[in-house]
Amino acid sequence: MIVELGHFALVLAFATALVQMVIPLIGAHYRWSGWMAVASPAATVQVLLVGFSFAALTYAFVTSDFSLRLVVLNSHTDKPMLYKVTGVWGNHEGSLLLWVLILALFGAAAAWFGSQLPTTLRARVLGVQASVGVAFYAFILFTSNPFERLAVPPFNGEDLNPLLQDPGLAFHPPFLYLGYVGLSMAFSFAVAALLEGRVDAAWGRWVRPWTLAAWLFLTIGIALGSWWAYYELGWGGFWFWDPVENASFMPWLIAAALLHSAIVVEKREALKSWTILLAILAFGFSLVGTFIVRSGVLTSVHAFANDPERGVYILAILGIFTGGALLLYAWRAPLMQAKGVFGVVSRESALVANNLLLAVSCFVVFIGTIWPLIAELLFDRKLSVGPPFFNAAFTPFVIAIAIILPLGSILPWKRGTVTTFRKMWPAAALAVAIAGLIWAIETEKSLGGPLGAALGVWLVVGAGIDLWSRTGRGALSNRLSRLTRLPGADWGKALAHGGLGITIFGVAALVAWEQEKIAVMDVGDRMELGRYEVVLEDVRRVQGPNYISTLAQMHVYEDGRDIGVLPAEKRIYPVAQMPTTEAGIDNGFTRDVYAVIGDPQQGGGWAVRVYIKPFANWIWGGAIIMALGGIVSLTDRRYRVAAGARKTAPQPVPAE
Amino acid sequence: MSRRRGWWANCPPYIAALFLSVAPVAAVQPDEVLDDPVLEGRARDISGGIRCLVCRNESIDESNADLARDLRLLIRERLVAGDSDAEVIDFLVDRYGEYVLLNPPATGSTLLLWGAPLALLLLGAGVAVAHIRGQRTAAPTDTLSEAEEARLRELTEGRGDG
Repeated sequence: MIVELGHFALVLAFATALVQMVIPLIGAHYRWSGWMAVASPAATVQVLLVGFSFAALTYAFVTSDFSLRLVVLNSHTDKPMLYKVTGVWGNHEGSLLLWVLILALFGAAAAWFGSQLPTTLRARVLGVQASVGVAFYAFILFTSNPFERLAVPPFNGEDLNPLLQDPGLAFHPPFLYLGYVGLSMAFSFAVAALLEGRVDAAWGRWVRPWTLAAWLFLTIGIALGSWWAYYELGWGGFWFWDPVENASFMPWLIAAALLHSAIVVEKREALKSWTILLAILAFGFSLVGTFIVRSGVLTSVHAFANDPERGVYILAILGIFTGGALLLYAWRAPLMQAKGVFGVVSRESALVANNLLLAVSCFVVFIGTIWPLIAELLFDRKLSVGPPFFNAAFTPFVIAIAIILPLGSILPWKRGTVTTFRKMWPAAALAVAIAGLIWAIETEKSLGGPLGAALGVWLVVGAGIDLWSRTGRGALSNRLSRLTRLPGADWGKALAHGGLGITIFGVAALVAWEQEKIAVMDVGDRMELGRYEVVLEDVRRVQGPNYISTLAQMHVYEDGRDIGVLPAEKRIYPVAQMPTTEAGIDNGFTRDVYAVIGDPQQGGGWAVRVYIKPFANWIWGGAIIMALGGIVSLTDRRYRVAAGARKTAPQPVPAE
Repeated sequence: MSRRRGWWANCPPYIAALFLSVAPVAAVQPDEVLDDPVLEGRARDISGGIRCLVCRNESIDESNADLARDLRLLIRERLVAGDSDAEVIDFLVDRYGEYVLLNPPATGSTLLLWGAPLALLLLGAGVAVAHIRGQRTAAPTDTLSEAEEARLRELTEGRGDG
């Protein structure tokens, strides 16, 4: 019964979204305030309906209602409760329902906190937001209905894919979706502004927090996925340049560019039409990502037949929204007149460079991802584009961005001089000194290690200098007290830029200095790797709730000092008939010791792999600091969504 | 097993593509490792750039598939026989086509793949420089737009009514 109500609520949400799309857009065109006023309550009703629908599906999963096809395919009574809940979005249909739920939430948030927006702009934003919803509701109801019943329910389900039964991956999709869908706000604002025919500083102030929120959720989502790959896939890879990873990385890059160009719109009323274009592209890449993932067209060129209907449908959504918005852009963008003028050496110019590098680096990822398809369709060449291409083509952009970042961040708006760069001398000197030192003591000379360290130091110290220079002049104590009172945006900027430096260093260090050893070991055998010694103490079979595990205990010594026992597991999930590995990892500040138990060998013993992963945690630590920078920046009073809105209103939070 | 054939279709986005590629437990088995660490290092470098042909998107260095193991052994065999890295790679391309290379060589139409980002970068830089140098102070308009006039009327009339 509850399931039927959930299904019904979803249909009603679809109808509400239709109303929310049509009425306010017409109303805004003819300036009928009654029609425009429909938008806000409709947005609220829509989120309540789709929220109920999502709750109903969750209920079906939690109670293991095997009359529902989706629950049968993705759940099992023995599955731990956490994964029964996360199983709701661990599949195509459920994840799309989560997608529209978040979309409706963002729309409702704009309705609730947008009372200060010009009436027509608000009506248009909500109308455009609803139009995206309409497309996805139709997609769910007509091609991917999560509420499909089975005539003959089986006794038990087929279990969730074991790889997804993991805390890191369980919460990866909601964060990623908050990011993807959060960019729909930027898109709606961009299209609404094009319809309005004007963009001003207030528009920039509105778009920025939404984009910032979307970007920080994407950052967390991507970091979670990468961290999961690191500990779960059994050899400690953290980034594979897989089409699906690229699908989330492209919107991240464009969102990062958009964040920065929206600042220029807000502070200087320049780069308006470029910012609008970025906002359209950012959501466009979210849709491209959804398409890549859902259709399977790019993972394998021949996988398209897996799900032609869904793939074609998403392609149509992508074409209509991105194509339509770009046409509108071509028509209306010339109306956007820039007001602020800036010199060649200025903060604006530096942000233009930032945008150029981020946009082109996104293009590198994009073209590399789709090239196998282009080559086969146009040139009849069957080829692969893999990590070696991306590493070679993408890394120069990272280096260029990292080099100009501290220089640009310290330039004044409007017009600056190169003498400003002198402030960055200490950062440059320290970076070069540390790189030289590392080069000198490296046993195996690598270029990546010292370079990564130099860039890391340059960014972190540069962010510190930037922050310190914001405290003005005067006595040290005055400056220190001013430092604590600096606006959240300044602290957020420094944190995010420093976090980027930490991540860059972590990646470079891990790639340059990783050590690996593979051996056959019997219980009691020892293995030496660098300063470490590993003893295989015990291997036994263990029964888990819904899996059987081969559990190895590996005792690790660092320079002869006992640092504990690492449990490394190899699990078999009998229902899903899939193995997974759980690496034994000793997390450290400067290195991880990473141990994996493999297959039993014919002559006795097990294949054992041990890795030393230097500075691995810095990769995700840096990402968390970047996201933290986003959060701190969002707390800045000046950027609160409805700054100056009604006094009685609760302090608005830009995104849930 | 018929349902299993398309099982990744029902899986979440971020992971769907990893499905075939993610066979947990890394690939290289202890019995494959060469005694000479230099040769072994070269073998690992080469394997990292060779696609596992029966996997989704994975190098033979990471793959658990039998074919990947055969290729890894083949590479080691050639290296021990004294082939250079380039000779080994040519040998593989002769047999399996350029599809086997994860890093497509920049020849023919693939030049576009390498050239397009560079061209876009130069184009973008050109446009940006032209824009920055060509800016002129736009005279700020002190007249209201049509829409603003309408809104103003709406507000003032509304007040008059109240």
